[in-house]
Amino acid sequence: MNADVPGKTGSGIGEVVLAPVRFTMGLIDAPLRWLQRVTGISGMAAFFLLPNMLIFGIFVLLPFFINFAYSMTGGTALFLPDRSFVGGDQYARLFDCTNYLNANSCAEDTFWTAVGNTGWFVIIQVTLMIAVSLVTALILNRELAARSFWRAVFFFPVLLSPVVVGLIWKWILQRQGLMNFGLYGFGFDPYAWLNDRNWAFAATIGVSIWAHMGFYTLILLAGLQAIPKDLYEAAEMDGTRPTRAFLRITMPLLAPNLLVVVVLVLIKAVQIFDEVYVLTGGGPGTSTLYLTQYIYETGFATQLRNPGLAAAASILMGVVLVVLTLMQLGLSRSSEKKGARK
Amino acid sequence: MRKTRTLLAALAVGLLTSTAALAGDVRIMWYSDGVEGEVLKDLLDRFMKENPGINVVLDNVSYTVVREQLPVQLEAGDGPDIARVTNLKAMSQHWLDLRPLVADAAYWDTNFGAQADWMRPDGSNQISGFMTQITLAGGFANKTLFDQAGIAMPGKDATWDDWARASKQVAESQQVPFAMALDRSGHRLSGPILAYGSNYIGADGKPAPLDDGAKAFIEKFVGWVGDGTMSKDVWVSAAGSTYRAGADDFINGQLAYYYSGSWQVPNFSTKIGSNFDWVATGSPCGPANCTGMTGGAGLVAVKYTKNPTEVAKVMDYLAREDIVKEFSERTLFLPAHKGVVEKGLDFKTDDAQAKAALNIFVGATGSLSDIARKLPGWFWSDTYYAALVTRVSQAAAGEMPLAEAYTRIDADIAAKIKDSGR
Repeated sequence: MNADVPGKTGSGIGEVVLAPVRFTMGLIDAPLRWLQRVTGISGMAAFFLLPNMLIFGIFVLLPFFINFAYSMTGGTALFLPDRSFVGGDQYARLFDCTNYLNANSCAEDTFWTAVGNTGWFVIIQVTLMIAVSLVTALILNRELAARSFWRAVFFFPVLLSPVVVGLIWKWILQRQGLMNFGLYGFGFDPYAWLNDRNWAFAATIGVSIWAHMGFYTLILLAGLQAIPKDLYEAAEMDGTRPTRAFLRITMPLLAPNLLVVVVLVLIKAVQIFDEVYVLTGGGPGTSTLYLTQYIYETGFATQLRNPGLAAAASILMGVVLVVLTLMQLGLSRSSEKKGARK
Repeated sequence: MRKTRTLLAALAVGLLTSTAALAGDVRIMWYSDGVEGEVLKDLLDRFMKENPGINVVLDNVSYTVVREQLPVQLEAGDGPDIARVTNLKAMSQHWLDLRPLVADAAYWDTNFGAQADWMRPDGSNQISGFMTQITLAGGFANKTLFDQAGIAMPGKDATWDDWARASKQVAESQQVPFAMALDRSGHRLSGPILAYGSNYIGADGKPAPLDDGAKAFIEKFVGWVGDGTMSKDVWVSAAGSTYRAGADDFINGQLAYYYSGSWQVPNFSTKIGSNFDWVATGSPCGPANCTGMTGGAGLVAVKYTKNPTEVAKVMDYLAREDIVKEFSERTLFLPAHKGVVEKGLDFKTDDAQAKAALNIFVGATGSLSDIARKLPGWFWSDTYYAALVTRVSQAAAGEMPLAEAYTRIDADIAAKIKDSGR
């Protein structure tokens, strides 16, 4: 198969290891070619996709439909057949408000508080996350001393479990935490950061950026490294200023990576839960109560649970995510078309 | 053909053997406040030596797991064989009836009958399990801080206001961040609320709307959180009905007064040691009475067990008089076993403070109000507690006025009653 690819032949250890693989692939190759001739390429694609589709169907699509079924039921029982059909009552309950801009006017005020908090979190966190990741990637793309070390430093928090991230920052920010210990050392009064609404909200944003930016930085760094160096050299020879080179070369060529990052950051931000749950528990009051925690508490933690209401809220969250993703895909297609016309 | 048959036979024997091994397994979901997990493990090791056919697996988990994940497992018809639970009544439909399985049902009725109703479906005579300990909510004071501040500790019939005033003076004098803390728990908040004359149970047995007694204490409590008398770290630090305890602050000498309960005694005895002197104070008084809240953790058998006979054997062993006595003496828990209580205990501790504290709590059972005795066996108690915690902490955080919080508590409870279809 690879025999006619230059540089791929030889009698080294690699060839000895690869030989059985090649032999097996050769055995599969012939019947597959025949199948392809008989069924056509699209049929073959379906054949190859079938195992994946089965797994996807059982573990993603089926739970989605089961969740939707839950959202149409009432009662506190968990087992679906034990639950009563209530139609759209759970959705109606979520939307039972006299003024949608005031959570207190809603029957499910904590749901709307969580929606509002999540909205603000998404707007601020996504903007900051992309900016910080991009700046970090640009810095790490330069010829730095110990560049690999710095890349590892920024990527390290990604390896930590969200619960560990939450605990670490709780130990730093709580009233008797490291931050106050440091402040006390400099003669300042200790401050209960996590009991202050604004600081707690800012902490959830900061901690989530700290924990995940390494991953997005890595994606953007890969994009930056794929940009041919000679473009910058040519621009430099033409006397182009660095800002103009960034806007005219870096940004357009980084756009596909950036788009992937925006979609991923956006989805992750809407789903924020674990590190915040450990860090602030949704407090003080409900100032860091985000949508996923509302769903978790309604469905699992409170007495008595309401799985139907939790399912309805999660369906609404899913709809928002789908809309956001479709918008991103639309933007992506239109930018690709523009690129093709140019 | 013969080879195939031999292979199939070997496979069948193998499967049967493995099934037989599993048949003897009894899994216990357990959480610990202090040293009781270690004591139980020791007791179970002895049980397994006496009963080699039964393998007891002790899963030590956090209280949050029992509170949040066990109900979901049970609803799914799954879960451990035995569990240590505090929300006993509301989940009673999941408990196994041990009456036909235990060696002597009369022994259980005689010794654990007083609390049996807390853990069985209404109207039944089921034996679901037994209380591993009876608890009583109550206060603890840091005597060393009071002494250093030169402020006298309020006496036996002191009110909540007396304790708040004195604790605040101590905190200011000793540069302690907060004077008092009360666990972020509806159960704990209910002690003083009942002392202010509240009655949660309506004429129809369902939750009554929040009354003047409850509102009087909640208003006082939120004021204390607002002015820094009561710890904000405990009550403002989480959303929903999440549990938070103030024990660590008390252990670290950061609180003059801490309202929690008798289950903290072994915890304090172990962790505070000789760092400072502490005393149990019982429950401060309100205008109506000086009640705390009773409760406790029960060890219950789960009806989805595959091995009910083995489960009953384990339960019979753990409920044995000598075992309950040993467990209580080593863990410093107040037992629920009538025979053990009547014959008296010799708590295994050299800590005079712990012994004195236990005696204070035993004495405080005499001042329990009728409603406090009823609540552990009331189906709606946890629903009431959850609504209280969620809304009172929002009011304490300054998110909503108290009047709005009161309306929301009633609305939350009404919605839960509607959801339950009861």
